Amino acid sequence: MPKLYELTATEAASKIRSQDLTVEEYLLSIFDRINETEDKVHAFVTLIKDQAIEKAKETDKNIRKLKKIRLLAGIPIAIKDVICTRGVHTTCSSGMLKDYVPPYDATVVEKLSNEGAIIIGKTNMDEYAMGTTTETSFFGATRNPWNLEKVPGGSSGGSAAAVIAEEAPLALGSDTGGSIRCPASYCSDVGLKPTYGLVSRYGLISYANSLEQIGPLTRNVEDCALLFSVISGHDCRDSTSVNLLPKDYTALLKKEVKELRIGVPQEFFSDGVEENVKKAIWKAIGKLESLGCTYDEVSLPSMSYALAAYYIVAMSEASSNLARYDGLRYGFRKEQDEGDWATVYAKDRKDGFGTEVRRRIILGTYALSAGYYDQYYLKALKVRTILRRDFEKVFRNFDVLVGPTMPLLPFNIGEKIGDPLTLYMCDILTVPANLTGYPAMSMPCGFHDGLPIGLQIIGRPFDEETILRIAYTYEQNTNHHLRKPSL
Amino acid sequence: MKSNVKNQISREEIEHIAWLAHIELTEEEKEVFTEQFNRILGFFKKIDEANTERVPPTYHVLDLVNIQRADEVEESLPKDEPLKNAPKKEERFFKSPRIV
Repeated sequence: MPKLYELTATEAASKIRSQDLTVEEYLLSIFDRINETEDKVHAFVTLIKDQAIEKAKETDKNIRKLKKIRLLAGIPIAIKDVICTRGVHTTCSSGMLKDYVPPYDATVVEKLSNEGAIIIGKTNMDEYAMGTTTETSFFGATRNPWNLEKVPGGSSGGSAAAVIAEEAPLALGSDTGGSIRCPASYCSDVGLKPTYGLVSRYGLISYANSLEQIGPLTRNVEDCALLFSVISGHDCRDSTSVNLLPKDYTALLKKEVKELRIGVPQEFFSDGVEENVKKAIWKAIGKLESLGCTYDEVSLPSMSYALAAYYIVAMSEASSNLARYDGLRYGFRKEQDEGDWATVYAKDRKDGFGTEVRRRIILGTYALSAGYYDQYYLKALKVRTILRRDFEKVFRNFDVLVGPTMPLLPFNIGEKIGDPLTLYMCDILTVPANLTGYPAMSMPCGFHDGLPIGLQIIGRPFDEETILRIAYTYEQNTNHHLRKPSL
Repeated sequence: MKSNVKNQISREEIEHIAWLAHIELTEEEKEVFTEQFNRILGFFKKIDEANTERVPPTYHVLDLVNIQRADEVEESLPKDEPLKNAPKKEERFFKSPRIV
């Protein structure tokens, strides 16, 4: 008998529906698991056990009474601490917001509550989602459940680690330049960055608003489709939300990929990509071919400019979005106000923000300042157009693009944190999907030295269905997603 | 070619930009940031190689423009809620440092 905490969300939902499992016993098992593993992993910033157990009891009562049971009734979920939860601390893993308690819920949180999901806690992340390792958190690093010396990836490292450590079957992350896919790759999760505009950003604390999307982190593709179906959809409170009819993506999962055309961009296999990673990805492509896909190598020539363009755009938007932290309405404020407004403001932002956040705000301010605007920001936006054109061209002949998610295997905690530019380079394969707005997933496709390798699948805008279909077929014909870390 | 210039940004410029961004830096940080910023900006120079003649900028990937909702009055937060997170307040007001 598997332990209750080992159940996937889909399995648990079906047992709860058939009343073979009470939500209370399920949640108690989850919190026991958290007790057992959290000291090693440190995936959470805030846990709300009492509130969650109370909600579980209430759900159990309702299930006995009600005929219609909601999609995620009684399913626990962990939420990245960049997403606002009414009455529950939302810190962005920053000293600036360490005491912040939002007076409202993000739209995704409302949607989850409406379907009966139970929030169990808020997960650790890189401060303001700016990072690739979850090391820049004000509350200390999260550790990779596969090897506690290694980084879990970032910035949604807490969410990815919680899911694979079986502390939660589902988690939400956010992805500005790879922040869902990178930790999904490093922790062996399924992680989806939806098409820009499909999931409401209302209540997502902004870092780079033209790039970021909220998305699911799960242990298999079916759970990903389930969670994505719940959180996607139009929201009039987000002016960049696209008005499309909601879909049940679980009904669209097919175990069949015949005649789907895969493009393999040669730029995803450059010298900077580890040989062991390349090998695992080619093996996965071979598997997909044996299942009926065809593939061909393609080129995205503007990929060589993508990383620089991404960081210029992201930092510029960050400098604007983070200007709101003035220590007046919320956020960190020093006890003594010494001097005038500008001086106090500059001191509060010095002590409230960590080093990486300040580095990005200052560089972004530089890229937007008179004399440099055309050279950096405007030029980067033009490069963004060229990259989009490259994508559009390639997708005329292919249904998806496939390659590695990360160029390197998970590395040691502390190994790269002192050298920002080296860390930025790790995002080279994930940023193109953000610059173009295309949907992209990372899913488990193998291991090397006990460390996971993620396969990235990029699809056409609003065609998550094809990504999920390829991922589901691949998963159902392989065993990588069944492997568990020993904790 | 500007990309041949070794230093993209001086310590004085960083002090100025940090002031524009309202972020105080320690002396040590100014030192470290100057070295790091020059390496990062050197890397950003990569985009100079892209031919962007007659290419329009992409500010946003969606074609949505002027999205508006109906101008209907909805319930607002109760009046003390927005003040709850303020580190300093007086009666019903946020308390700011001296402005002038």
